[in-house]
Amino acid sequence: MTRRVAVTGIGVVAPGGTGTTAFWNLLSSGRTATRGITLFDPAGLRSRIAAECDFDPLAHGLDPTLSQHADRYIQFAMVAADEAVRDSGFATGAQDPWRVAVSLGSAVGGTTRLEHDYVQVSSGGQRWDVDHRAADPELHRAFCPSTLAATVAEQFGAQGPVQTVSTGCTSGIDAVGYAFHTIEEGRADICIAGASDSPISPITMACFDAIKATSDNNDDPEHASKPFDARRNGFVMGEGAAVLVLEDYEHARARGAHIYCEIGGYATFGNAYHMTGLTCEGLEMARAIDSTLDQARLDPTLIDYVNAHGSGTKQNDRHETAAVKRSLGAHAYDTPMSSIKSMVGHSLGAIGAIEVVACVLAVKHQVVPPTANYETPDPECDLDYVPRTARERRLRNVLSVGSGFGGFQSAVLLTGVGGRKR
Amino acid sequence: MSTKGMSSKGVNSRGRTRGSRAAITGIGVIAPNGLRADSYWKSVGEGLVVLDTISREGCDHLPLRVAGEVRGFDAAGLIEERFLVQTDRFSHFAMAAAALALDDAGIGRGAPEEPFDIGVVTAAGSGGGEFGQRELQKLWGQGPRYVGPYQSIAWFYAASTGQISIRGGFKGPCGVVASDEAGGLDAVAHAARAVRRGTGAVLVGGAEAPLAPYSMVCQLGYAELSTVEDPSRAYRPFTEAACGFVPAEGGAMLVVEDEHRARDRGAPVRAVVAGHAATFTGASRWDRSREGLAQAIRGALDEAGCAPEEIDVVFADAMGVPEADRAEAGAIADALGAHGSRVPVTAPKTGIGRAYCGAPVLDIAAAVFAMEHRLIPPTPNVYDICHDLDLVMSRARPAEPRTALVLSRGLMGSNAALVVRREDDSAR
Repeated sequence: MTRRVAVTGIGVVAPGGTGTTAFWNLLSSGRTATRGITLFDPAGLRSRIAAECDFDPLAHGLDPTLSQHADRYIQFAMVAADEAVRDSGFATGAQDPWRVAVSLGSAVGGTTRLEHDYVQVSSGGQRWDVDHRAADPELHRAFCPSTLAATVAEQFGAQGPVQTVSTGCTSGIDAVGYAFHTIEEGRADICIAGASDSPISPITMACFDAIKATSDNNDDPEHASKPFDARRNGFVMGEGAAVLVLEDYEHARARGAHIYCEIGGYATFGNAYHMTGLTCEGLEMARAIDSTLDQARLDPTLIDYVNAHGSGTKQNDRHETAAVKRSLGAHAYDTPMSSIKSMVGHSLGAIGAIEVVACVLAVKHQVVPPTANYETPDPECDLDYVPRTARERRLRNVLSVGSGFGGFQSAVLLTGVGGRKR
Repeated sequence: MSTKGMSSKGVNSRGRTRGSRAAITGIGVIAPNGLRADSYWKSVGEGLVVLDTISREGCDHLPLRVAGEVRGFDAAGLIEERFLVQTDRFSHFAMAAAALALDDAGIGRGAPEEPFDIGVVTAAGSGGGEFGQRELQKLWGQGPRYVGPYQSIAWFYAASTGQISIRGGFKGPCGVVASDEAGGLDAVAHAARAVRRGTGAVLVGGAEAPLAPYSMVCQLGYAELSTVEDPSRAYRPFTEAACGFVPAEGGAMLVVEDEHRARDRGAPVRAVVAGHAATFTGASRWDRSREGLAQAIRGALDEAGCAPEEIDVVFADAMGVPEADRAEAGAIADALGAHGSRVPVTAPKTGIGRAYCGAPVLDIAAAVFAMEHRLIPPTPNVYDICHDLDLVMSRARPAEPRTALVLSRGLMGSNAALVVRREDDSAR
């Protein structure tokens, strides 16, 4: 018999504020946190806007050594994990450390730091035979991608399976999915799961400039991210982290933990079509959604909300609208589907986990977050995208979907406690 | 058959029984000592040493002089132009190894009949370093408009999984474990679990290309790295002269397949992925890795339903750092008891170096061949060991291994163990 998996803690570092309270305030108000880039001088780039975190690690209790030396994305993850672990109320010393796991995702990992130091060792991009004498001896921590999960595991005394997941834009959902499997299969009782990315750097912005995936609404950054709106012209880069504590349901019950919801199912498939391109059929994402419903033995008409990938590229918005219709049928038209990327941007690997935390908060508050900036309908995107204003609604079963790099399509299903039929 | 660790019983959409065993039906290798699985095995069996002075452009001034380099690799001959231009060397290795593994498994390269039935999982520890450095040089040397459109898909860890999926038309579960060395074993276990959940087959493995100048600069901070310039002395684990590890490039891809699917299409089951477990004991905390690795071994044996005495050969992690070697010898003794000092142990990677996530997948490949050829390959360059292990040195040893234990530890603190068994013994 497989084990039920509960969500017992959440934490977040997102544009617009650190912590779940600030995060929910932003989402439920429909305000946006997109702005002109301040983290570096973006002159010469096509897209010069982003959703940045105003992040003060010391103010959030991060260890001073880590505040000084750890990469920004690691700092985000540590602060989000600390909030999630405190929220779940499990005392790290009271658990069998071999039964505590970590599963964290990141699309670009330490590349921001790698770029920073590259400039030093290459004399500003002038030499191929880079000068090792100018390099920081700790640079391997940026080079090795598992530094993320390892740093969090060290902090919280996890000695079970510790892994870092890097599947591009679905990294966050997939990291939560791997954690779900880890608990379901009995390889751990508790898993610290989530994702982090800090991709607002010259090389990553230039990458997405080169394929024209990002918005160039540089004159109106607050309204630049317009998922599902006919006027959208690409995504707005974001950054941040979110962490959940996933736990064996009986384990959580036995220690009297608060249970937000259960994970009802998770699936991922590839479209085998293009590294960054999508078809307009949405077949593979639909298959992922169907699989999560099958796992939970849940009828599609019982879905109350879909948290969209909603990146704000034309191909994505049409692709996922088609996918949701394919899976939910006529019920798709009665199901609110919104994109929080309209407010917090697209933080590549991190956003999948940030969106799962948004879903947990939506279930907690029984409120659907809106799609900010949505004004002009696209005839090919004809679902209920919850324009601009949050909406009260009975939320029990909620889907979050992700799509992107490599053609990967992932879905995760959250169900109210006891909602997963076994 | 053992059902431990294979918890979910049920029937998936194609009527296949969930919880069936994960068989290895294909092996593809691109390694410093061989550009095919059979030539790799020949070199491994002979104890060939290919560690040599690094010849990659822009590396000769660095204080890391020796590595296991893949030479004579004809990327253009193995990979179509459109994929070639948009991928880094690490993906070239993975794509070439994947195609060889598919050929070996008899699956072929045409569009699959059931695309959702085949998934792709890779482990990656260094990403597309050479491609990334070239584009960083364009950005900082010339300006943002000189960055090409493929940087966004070539540099990042997920590139190989995505490209293998697209090239083969595989739409099954896709995954990427971005990890230190032990991630290679975690990826294979991930694939085996996907098969037990109902996916027909998964192409899985890891391949690395960490020998670009900037990638090498990044690795110089690893305290465990050997900087000895004599290739015959640079990587000698378990000896008094142990002075660190030598990095390598390349890796292996496997076809891990539902045993019934394999039988239905008449493909030989070469071995079964029987058990796996992973633990974490902290980056470079080698003293603590003794307990962590022992715990992983116990977990893998437990999942495989396998007693310590049933282990016929151990493929060691062999970090080459005295306290790490001591911890590994201790872990083998702790987990296998008295059998730990009797079971043959080997580390063929001393002949080729450690290809990060690719290294333990190469060891799985060697373990399958060792069981098929009844031969335990040697640990080249290692002579006098200072631990209570039966390390196979100098030349290969005839034996009849039926169950192999593959060990791996990562520089960031992961410990993993994986059990592979010969099909005829585990089919009960």
